[in-house]
Amino acid sequence: MTNKSRLFNKERLEITINRLCHQLIENHNNFENTVLIGLQPRGIYFLDRIKKNINNILNKEIETGILDTTFYRDDFRSNEIPKARETLIPFLVDDKNVVIIDDVLFTGRTVRSAMEGIMNFGRPNKIELLVLIDRKYTRDIPVEPTYCGIKINTITSDRIEVNLAEQGFDKDNIWIINK
Amino acid sequence: MDKLLSKDLLGIRNLSVEEIKLIFDTADKFKEVLNRPIKKVPSLRHLTIANVFFENSTRTKLSFELAQKRLSADIINFSSSVSSVKKGESLLDTINNILVMKVDMIVMRHPNPGAPHFVAKNIDASVVNAGDGTHEHPTQALLDSYTIREKLGKIKNKKIAIIGDIAHSRVAISNIYALQKLGAKVMLCGPSTLIPKYISSMGVQIENNIENALKWCDVANVLRIQLERQKDKFFPSLREYSLYYGINKKLLEKINKDIVIMHPGPINRGVELNSDVADSNNSIILDQVENGVAIRMAVMYLLSLNKV
Repeated sequence: MTNKSRLFNKERLEITINRLCHQLIENHNNFENTVLIGLQPRGIYFLDRIKKNINNILNKEIETGILDTTFYRDDFRSNEIPKARETLIPFLVDDKNVVIIDDVLFTGRTVRSAMEGIMNFGRPNKIELLVLIDRKYTRDIPVEPTYCGIKINTITSDRIEVNLAEQGFDKDNIWIINK
Repeated sequence: MDKLLSKDLLGIRNLSVEEIKLIFDTADKFKEVLNRPIKKVPSLRHLTIANVFFENSTRTKLSFELAQKRLSADIINFSSSVSSVKKGESLLDTINNILVMKVDMIVMRHPNPGAPHFVAKNIDASVVNAGDGTHEHPTQALLDSYTIREKLGKIKNKKIAIIGDIAHSRVAISNIYALQKLGAKVMLCGPSTLIPKYISSMGVQIENNIENALKWCDVANVLRIQLERQKDKFFPSLREYSLYYGINKKLLEKINKDIVIMHPGPINRGVELNSDVADSNNSIILDQVENGVAIRMAVMYLLSLNKV
């Protein structure tokens, strides 16, 4: 039997993103030496929301980029074949603090490949990870988030469904589906 | 569509429009990679690719080699002029001896039309045709169309004149297939001795007057006079060819129209193209070379996905 339960609705998502933004500001002050990089495909939507939120709070534009990890993945031959998406990092990351932003942390392999990708744009001073959802007990690689919206206990067969307004859905909704 | 339908890229003829667009989309992503400080991705680090060239090549071979290195593949280079082919080894024996050393992909150029097709039928590894005789040169046609799209924004309904030695040109055949599939109108222009009779059945216009061709087209893809294939006299002299079919600044000024100039290289300067045109702002010849690496990266990357 399939069991679907909601992790986030629009209001809850706003509160969590707001909290994550304040945590980022706490650690990075005015973002002078910090850049945010969202991962394709859905991390870029959260990047956008976080960027707007921080811009409003600090009243300044922060530097952001988007990264597609397809060419860096170690499992692209065994999975469903991914279509490469856009990467746009119009700056060097040399000596910068980089915050990787993604929706769900699952096996950690995407984050590993993202770190490899980012290193191709220079040598960052520090890399941090922000995820909205941290799926515990499913990691293949020892990767842990620096900032996290919610931690949930899942097993491998569980699925997270992310429906955002940016993707054309009526309302923001994030579900966990147990099979 | 996320992958190519065949394990090989042998020609444009059997490629669908969707496949061509997939190659272009993927090349866009690789072009961005080529502008990074570190211009390399690890996608093909598990593959060994053999560049097997039975015919001379400079830019195609360099371009393939660079594309392979940018994709982190291991590569070996084979050139027939310094190999056991000279001792009488057959094509298939040569290829099988290379493959038994665990090679996953063959990039092949051969003077005989159909040679890569023959090899592809007989081996499991992917084969990329880097030019087979006067038949096809698919990656050149892909990069030509890609570069036109980049310059003009689209290819559909654009008028492309392919000018020069059509009879000996695999670039022309592959270009006709690619451009027509993408919705362009194609005209061939040259002396009638260099335009084979059968080619009008491909649905192209034929024109023997260069001025008329230039007045008609948005893009002139000027082909090289293949001096090495001119054993029979197709025109009286290079001087006469240049006089009637060479493109120079004066001719373009007379036509008074912005025409994009392309050439697959190597250019015979002063024969089919004068330096004042080849090096002008209207020329996208160096863009073609630059885009060649991204297109070849895309082709080899997409073919590698079929080997899961």
